[in-house]
Amino acid sequence: MSDTRSGDVHGETTDTTPDGDLGAAGSQLSTAPVEVAMPGSFGGSRTPGALGWITWAAREVIGWVRWFWRQLTSMRVALILLFLLSLGAIPGSLIPQSGTDALKVRDFMDAHKTLGPVYEKLGLFHVYSSVWFSAIYILLFVSLIGCIVPRTWQFVGQLRGRPPAAPKRLTRLPAYATWRTDTGPEQVREAALKVLGQRRFRAHVAGDAVAAEKGYLRELGNLAFHIALVVMLIAFAWGQLYKSEGNKLIIEGDGFANTLTQYDDFKSGNLFTDDDLVPFSFDLKKFTGTYERTGPNKGTPRTYQADISYSAGAYGKEKKTTIKVNEPLEIGDAKVYLVSHGYAPVVTVRDGRGGVVFRGPVPLLPIDSNVTSQGAVKVYDGYRDAQGRTDQLGFAAFFVPTFAGAGKGTMFSQFPALDYPVLAVSAYHGDLGVNAGIPQNVYQLNTKNLKPFKDSKGDLVKARLLPGETMRLPGGNGSITFDKQVKEWAGFQIVQQPGTGWALGGAVVAIFGLAGSLFIQRRRVWVRATTGADGVTVVEMAGLGRSESAKLPEELGDLAALVHEQAPTKTDEQDADPDREPGAATPVPAAEGAQKK
Amino acid sequence: MTLATATNEHLAHISNTLIYSAMAVYTLAFFAYIAEWLFGSRSKVARTAHALTADAAQKAQAPAVTVKKAGGTAVLERPKVVTRAVAGARDVPDGPGAHGGDAQGDLYGRIAVSLTVLAFLVELGGVVARAASVQRAPWGNMYEFNITFSTVAVGVYLALLALRKNVRWLGLFLTTTVLLDLGLAVTVLYTASDQLVPALHSYWLYIHVSTAIFCGAVLYVGAVGTLLYLFKDSYENKLASGGKPGTFATSVLERLPAAATLDKFAYRVNAAVFPLWTFTIIAGAIWAESAWGRYWGWDPKETWAFITWVAYACYLHARSTAGWKGRKAAYIALIAFGCWLFNYYGVNIFVGGKHSYAGV
Ligand code: HEM
Repeated sequence: MSDTRSGDVHGETTDTTPDGDLGAAGSQLSTAPVEVAMPGSFGGSRTPGALGWITWAAREVIGWVRWFWRQLTSMRVALILLFLLSLGAIPGSLIPQSGTDALKVRDFMDAHKTLGPVYEKLGLFHVYSSVWFSAIYILLFVSLIGCIVPRTWQFVGQLRGRPPAAPKRLTRLPAYATWRTDTGPEQVREAALKVLGQRRFRAHVAGDAVAAEKGYLRELGNLAFHIALVVMLIAFAWGQLYKSEGNKLIIEGDGFANTLTQYDDFKSGNLFTDDDLVPFSFDLKKFTGTYERTGPNKGTPRTYQADISYSAGAYGKEKKTTIKVNEPLEIGDAKVYLVSHGYAPVVTVRDGRGGVVFRGPVPLLPIDSNVTSQGAVKVYDGYRDAQGRTDQLGFAAFFVPTFAGAGKGTMFSQFPALDYPVLAVSAYHGDLGVNAGIPQNVYQLNTKNLKPFKDSKGDLVKARLLPGETMRLPGGNGSITFDKQVKEWAGFQIVQQPGTGWALGGAVVAIFGLAGSLFIQRRRVWVRATTGADGVTVVEMAGLGRSESAKLPEELGDLAALVHEQAPTKTDEQDADPDREPGAATPVPAAEGAQKK
Repeated sequence: MTLATATNEHLAHISNTLIYSAMAVYTLAFFAYIAEWLFGSRSKVARTAHALTADAAQKAQAPAVTVKKAGGTAVLERPKVVTRAVAGARDVPDGPGAHGGDAQGDLYGRIAVSLTVLAFLVELGGVVARAASVQRAPWGNMYEFNITFSTVAVGVYLALLALRKNVRWLGLFLTTTVLLDLGLAVTVLYTASDQLVPALHSYWLYIHVSTAIFCGAVLYVGAVGTLLYLFKDSYENKLASGGKPGTFATSVLERLPAAATLDKFAYRVNAAVFPLWTFTIIAGAIWAESAWGRYWGWDPKETWAFITWVAYACYLHARSTAGWKGRKAAYIALIAFGCWLFNYYGVNIFVGGKHSYAGV
């Protein structure tokens, strides 16, 4: 699992090079920005007169702007902004959000009379679109872009340049090997160049040493990751601004055309216009739901699908297809999801003289997973009571697809399929409230201005109907019949969110970039071959990574072995003491435990 | 009652028995680890103290690390590779582990690991039986999350051991928390069996939830490493500045790896799963897109996954920011893991949201 190479990609970076006196050799092992101290005043000396003041002020302003920009694009500020971003996201998860649950927000406002308005002011009911949250992530992304651009140039420069020449004293590096050989320095360097080339190092001869570097993909991955973050953010913002989302309940046999007026409810982003709706229409032919009959998952939907025919565009050809729960229909930018389902028992309502005033399926809303449903049958016009007066009728309806049976003590459904459908109704008349101007829920009966029909004992008239049964209203005021048919309805959500493809593409690049950035180690290797005082060639090899890594000495060992094969140790002597600097008399302290697992 | 339900209940019963048995074996392993630590305390290791108090001349005598090629008679000797610590880093050897070099302690340590392997297998059996009894992946509610989570965490630990990483010191901390986790699972969180709502039927569930559990288990191991790093680092600091830590702290911390090693271990573990955690969130977004029609909706679970992700990004950044390495970065890592824990328990229990059908 944890690739040892992943270790220490971070190590020592921005503040110091791994070793103080390595100079150029240790620099630019990454493109991370370097902290630079800035003076307190940028204006410098000020010549007298207005012109002097203007040039002084201009220098001052530019200085401060540059200072601010450096701050904003520094690692430290990026860190603080990242921290603020995660901190800022917290309240949105704990306080109800109007975007996801407007009802809860209202409850909260009612319950907290003093806190509510304060939260409102602070935008805590819509954290993710609030000014302060936006400010954090916009600053972060400005910082990010300000960071990416110079780093990219720097990286291009590093690619076009060559690995830096060997530092003077290779013994100072975290991994070091040396030996003496009879092979000439030229040949040693050539052999080293070849070995390093085969190991895919970028290598060249600089002075008396070969300088090589590997692992540029790390930097590339890191840049790709940060760029992908910007792409994802833009795609997300774009999607938020232009998105639209609406719901529509459709009974089998009915249809829908994608215009604003046809939706039951509709939400859209700030820049969305009605013309952005993708033109299409579809009819719901049939909804099929089958359910697990036995076992621990009894009642779980097995199939749950809507067969539809649709046509894209204003005059498109009609096509048939099936929409399932996790398989939306895609038409252009729009996606049609199957999100809910329920039953619509067909009922017939007759007036006092036996004339049909209503006949059709009535969609009822499920209230539990066994599709116990509730709703209302409303007769707005055409109804006259026994005396011939116009009136409106309302029936509260309660429906179960699988009734437990009379006397079982529960009215709730036992199973989601239509095994034993029962419709319970209670009857009211009076003002249904359509003229009051308040949009009321079609699925609920507002009994405020309604009068219940009473039976002889003065109780509300109600009945449990099996398919085909009829309930008569008292006083010859008509009847309601549960016809021998129950249709099914399906709820669809139609979503348009442009930029999703870009977000996904960005995400994929981000993951690969991140993997490259975290698992690849960038490192340098130098091979120096010089002729010693006694005419024997001294070979020195050293490696430097972003910091000490378990893999680095190992890799250097492998490389040294390969070079060593072609420039073997001078036969009549032991390995040169690696702790001895060539030509130096005092041993250099070699640290124990530097290479630990 | 149909035949199918009977076998399911039977399997569920087997699963419960196996989970309880695993708990029993973990308890034995726990005591074996304790024994390892106790016997280990007999030997007086003080390498850290020695390294930090001995003078430089002695350190120079320390042997160089050599890398040698295995076998090969005619092959010429490889050149030695000398390694040295980066300037500024403290040079401290790793502790010998919980047994402290004591033979009896080591024996108990080995017994403890064997028991852990056994408990792991039994627990794994319990998880599999549970999956068979509910006829789906065992990630439908918090009880199932918990048993899967601890199985994976122990699996990660054993895998690291199998890779010959020096992690046996994790054993005691791990078994303790695994016992707590399972105890919580069987008492508070137990759910007999449960249905999944249709939105949960998608292969993205398997991808998203399995990687989420895996990431959590690995991040947990990383967090333990971070915590121990903080203790060990204070210990070393105290020694380096001439202080004298207490005997208990000395006894325990001397046997742990050096602070730098612990820090590196924690970093590697965290860095290795970070891309996978990123993937987990993206897989979740893809799933949400196909199930709910939006890939990101700031649902509490999503929000906390994001917060956790940003917190870990913070940690990785901190490690390459001047003045933030070391202890400060470690605190961020602990906060980040805290976010993960809150997402795992807190959101389900206190917050709710679309993900709450996972059940408590
Ligand atoms: C949107 C917010 C950001 C996120 C989520 C993020 C995430 C990350 C992650 C996870 C890494 C670790 C990968 C690695 O170490 O190679 C990283 C590295 C890095 N980030 Fe960011 N970053 C963000 C913003 C920034 C900004 C604004 C800057 C500019 C100051 C920046 C500069 C860097 C640099 C220079 C590295 C590499 C450090 C190194 O070379 O060791 N990042 N970032």
